[in-house]
Amino acid sequence: LPDGVNISKEARSAISRAASVFVLYATSCANNFAMKGKRKTLNASDVLSAMEEMEFQRFVAPLKESLEVYRREQKGKKEARKDKDKKADSEEQDKSREEENDDDDERMEEEEQNDEEEVDN
Amino acid sequence: AARVSSGENRLVSLPLSRIRVIMKSSPEVSSINQDALFLTAKATELFVQYLATYSYKHGRGKEKNALTYSDLSHTAEECETFQFLADILPKKILASKYLKMLEKEKRDGEVGEDDEEDEDEEDENE
Repeated sequence: LPDGVNISKEARSAISRAASVFVLYATSCANNFAMKGKRKTLNASDVLSAMEEMEFQRFVAPLKESLEVYRREQKGKKEARKDKDKKADSEEQDKSREEENDDDDERMEEEEQNDEEEVDN
Repeated sequence: AARVSSGENRLVSLPLSRIRVIMKSSPEVSSINQDALFLTAKATELFVQYLATYSYKHGRGKEKNALTYSDLSHTAEECETFQFLADILPKKILASKYLKMLEKEKRDGEVGEDDEEDEDEEDENE
């Protein structure tokens, strides 16, 4: 909003409620796509498909961009952690780091999924 | 939750943990992958921005340089994209007006016996 615009308390709380409803609606929509794909875990493409379904196509491009940045960040964090571990080990491991990264990408996906794997209800 | 070192601009400003709680409250959902959680949070952020700017642009609050509840409520009612919000952002009406409406309907109902008017159910919030 332009600078200096006041937002009433009522408007704030209304926006907050609207955001919650949006999350629920988006989640339910994304879940339908996951079920269509016979998956139990909601993934990125489910959410993007949900946006299109809900007529928020305008969000898709910026979301994809943000996702790229996010994934890079996550990757960076994991590598940073691995680097710390490696420094504790012998230096020779640094040379083989290049090759290991490719494997890491695949393993990362699994790791992320495993983190979220909780079966409720 | 996405932990970014302080000083950097956070990639998303809404708390992921909270978003996750809301998503999980949906009974059919069993698990959510990290990317999906992030995207939902980011999408919600974009949604809030969109709702606010749209309502401001099309609303009367602009006259006073403000975004009001009624701006939001109008948007929910008039814009198809936001219609899913109509129930939680009902139009508001003064209690006095509502009472007058009820009285009028009562009177109309008495004049014509066959007249069966549905009562307008308007949520009144003060």
